[in-house]
Amino acid sequence: MPSLKDVKMKIVGVGKTKQITKAMNMVASAKLRGAQARIERFRPYAGKYRDVLAELASKVEGTSHPLLAEHEEKKNCAIVLVTSDRGLCGSFNGNIIAAALKLARQKQDEGMKVRFACVGRKGRDAAAKNGYELLTSYGDRMGSLDFALASSVAQEVIHGYETLELDEVWLVYGEFVSMGHQPPRSLRLLPLATPEAEEAEGEAAGARCEYVYEPQEEQLLAELLPRYVKVQVYRGLLDTSASEHAARMAAMDNATRNCNEMINTLTLLYNKTRQASITSELIDIVGGAEALNG
Amino acid sequence: MSTLQLEVVTPDKTVVSAEVDMTVCPGVMGEFGVLPHHVSLLSALKTGCLRYTQNGTPTHVFISGGFADVNNKVLTVLAESAEVAADIDTARAEAARERAEKRLAEGGENIDHARAEAALQRAMMRLQIANLR
Repeated sequence: MPSLKDVKMKIVGVGKTKQITKAMNMVASAKLRGAQARIERFRPYAGKYRDVLAELASKVEGTSHPLLAEHEEKKNCAIVLVTSDRGLCGSFNGNIIAAALKLARQKQDEGMKVRFACVGRKGRDAAAKNGYELLTSYGDRMGSLDFALASSVAQEVIHGYETLELDEVWLVYGEFVSMGHQPPRSLRLLPLATPEAEEAEGEAAGARCEYVYEPQEEQLLAELLPRYVKVQVYRGLLDTSASEHAARMAAMDNATRNCNEMINTLTLLYNKTRQASITSELIDIVGGAEALNG
Repeated sequence: MSTLQLEVVTPDKTVVSAEVDMTVCPGVMGEFGVLPHHVSLLSALKTGCLRYTQNGTPTHVFISGGFADVNNKVLTVLAESAEVAADIDTARAEAARERAEKRLAEGGENIDHARAEAALQRAMMRLQIANLR
């Protein structure tokens, strides 16, 4: 039986942990709201970009833009891995990293050399630990995401692709599906797959036929394609950041609940221990009195 | 008089969403004006000043790295960054200009050179537009 003081201390300790997890839960939920709002604001931009590019790509049949062309010999692969900087968010980072490593092994089996470009400390640490070469890494930037970051990451891989140093580029990130579901997702960045025109079949197709392009279609496409890579990277960053906060919220919610449970059992134990000590004291007193009387 | 719906969108937010009378965009092939009932057009834009008039009052918007899509009385401008003249942070632009100028003066590898020059151009344009307000 543990002593009364030990149990008391344990209860206080768990209570303090609970305070922290609860605070983290609330911070995460506030940050999640911000991150979600950013995704919401970004959506019109991304959607419009897709539409325009799909439209343009259908106009320019069979172009040989360097970002669209598959390299004949595939030797080098880069994986852009987007994770969070901090842990305490359940299995979120673990899942993304596992997906990235699986992809890396698959590419190695295809005979490619795999290198990583990491945003977020967790991914960087994991890639380094598994002995992969790092192209670049950006730590401590998930808190202050901006388009410039996506831009510089994208610029790096585009440059690598154009100079034939990279033959394939993948993006692995945590997709934000809902509050309770943030699966890892892999997406091929380069060679770029042009977005499919979704609803262009219907009445929109007719209306869009007499477009005036300035400059020429090919040049315009060359201008827009690199930016589309940036848009996709930025989407990955925003999604991961929202997912991270959602995952942390869930994890901290769980932790708080576990703390409550633990406090309950400990309180029960505390009461039992107290009762036991009172009983044994009583037995002492009664026993003593009996001895005197006898 | 009919109006034109102008939307200026950046990755972070919608900067302008308004019914306007006329817009002048800084296209890569030169400035062009867009009035209501303009023919469908897709044009790349260079770093510069987008100007629109609403009820006769002109507003200037800084635009960088974007393109314009005119379709069905809606002009959508997608830009990597866009700021209305009144919102431009002059102190920051000034600092950026000094930084870029310093980098250009020092000289270095070619890739930095192009980037510094673009940064300088953006900063100068921002300051210029800020002075118009």
